[in-house]
Amino acid sequence: MASGEVKLIGAWASPFVMRPRVALNLKSVPYEFLQETFGSKSELLLKSNPVHKKIPVLLHADKPVCESNIIVEYIDETWSSSGPSLLPSLPYDRAMARFWAAYIDEKWFVALRNFLKAEGEEEKKAVIAEFEEGNALLEKAFIDCSKGKPFFNGDHIGYLDISLGSFLAWLRVTELAASYKLLDEAKTPSLCKWADHFCNDPAVKPVMPETAKLAEFAKKIFAKPQA
Amino acid sequence: MADEVILLDYWPSPFGIRARIALREKGVEFECREENLRDKSPLLLQMNPVHKKIPVLIHNGKPVCESMNVVQYIDEVWSDRNPILPSDPYQRAQARFWVDFVDTKLLKPADQLWQTKGEEQETAKKEYIEALKILESELGDKPYFGGDTFGFLDIAMTGYYSWFEASEKLANFSIEPECPILMASAKRCLQRESVVKSLHDSEKILELAYKLRKEYGV
Repeated sequence: MASGEVKLIGAWASPFVMRPRVALNLKSVPYEFLQETFGSKSELLLKSNPVHKKIPVLLHADKPVCESNIIVEYIDETWSSSGPSLLPSLPYDRAMARFWAAYIDEKWFVALRNFLKAEGEEEKKAVIAEFEEGNALLEKAFIDCSKGKPFFNGDHIGYLDISLGSFLAWLRVTELAASYKLLDEAKTPSLCKWADHFCNDPAVKPVMPETAKLAEFAKKIFAKPQA
Repeated sequence: MADEVILLDYWPSPFGIRARIALREKGVEFECREENLRDKSPLLLQMNPVHKKIPVLIHNGKPVCESMNVVQYIDEVWSDRNPILPSDPYQRAQARFWVDFVDTKLLKPADQLWQTKGEEQETAKKEYIEALKILESELGDKPYFGGDTFGFLDIAMTGYYSWFEASEKLANFSIEPECPILMASAKRCLQRESVVKSLHDSEKILELAYKLRKEYGV
């Protein structure tokens, strides 16, 4: 049942919040964006996600759905007759999409986060190696899943595109801070082309944080206290 | 064309059992191949090169990995019988949410119950019970997490239920007084035909856990 008011509790800088926003845009579903203030959690958030107290939370006719990838599937299933399908139609391809989305959150993103934390040459080398290994896997996964089309999901952006694409702004901020090219055309040409297509998609452009603005924000939240 | 369904498995695994249960709930014939996790087969390494873990479902030569991913796949392929996930999108989202909770909040303390001792084990016990209590309040007065039917979250939980007895003995505590309603649902699940056929002796699991503890010097 697709009727009922849609609200999304989130924050502009969060890659996880970006996921349902892209999905709602792809399905042309209007929604009210309820921005959380950084550093505090609203009553509504705590009431809607008492288990994790995290954003994003989708409220559909006041019923909460939590966890970004789960929200994207919910959006796809609820507004199934609107816009493109966000998941592939074959069960095997769907299993692949879910597998890689889990890999991205559990391994790839963790390696990305570790990039800025790494101290010393040895640790930096290890983090780079881990991250590049992940990129190589995703490059191959892209070739396997896309089957020659522009997106992991084929002709249109889908679940897996959203899962990885939501991290691109933070990836760029990390590249600036580390002075290192994390997505290299020479090493992962398909992923680079895909990233370009993703960022230019009309469903993505309005909700992708600007790199400069995000870099400022990152400086603020990761600022180390003065000694 | 007959389906070829192979499951790469490890008998005590709480994750492997999920796949076995799902296949049996659907009445799917499959070949179970036991892995030695200390000497993984070339087939396992080829079929799950990213994580090198079981279970791996190989359906007509194509691999599916990650236990609850495998369960969803089984539900979608053999969709004409015994649905595992509900049909309503909101209820499906709730089932997926709670499975994610189980594998993020219950997994680590469950492992630590048999891998640690002393204060570390006590902390694990507290976190484990805390997570089970949250799940119990989600269960409410339903016979199963799936309502009247054995569903997605029940299958996920049965992996942990299969280790309940061993965990209680290893960490010297009792789950029933803490979570009586969850325990009643657990017993119901453990008596289901698909589960009985997939379960291994609790004594054997406990024996293995003791053996591993010795090896790890715990």
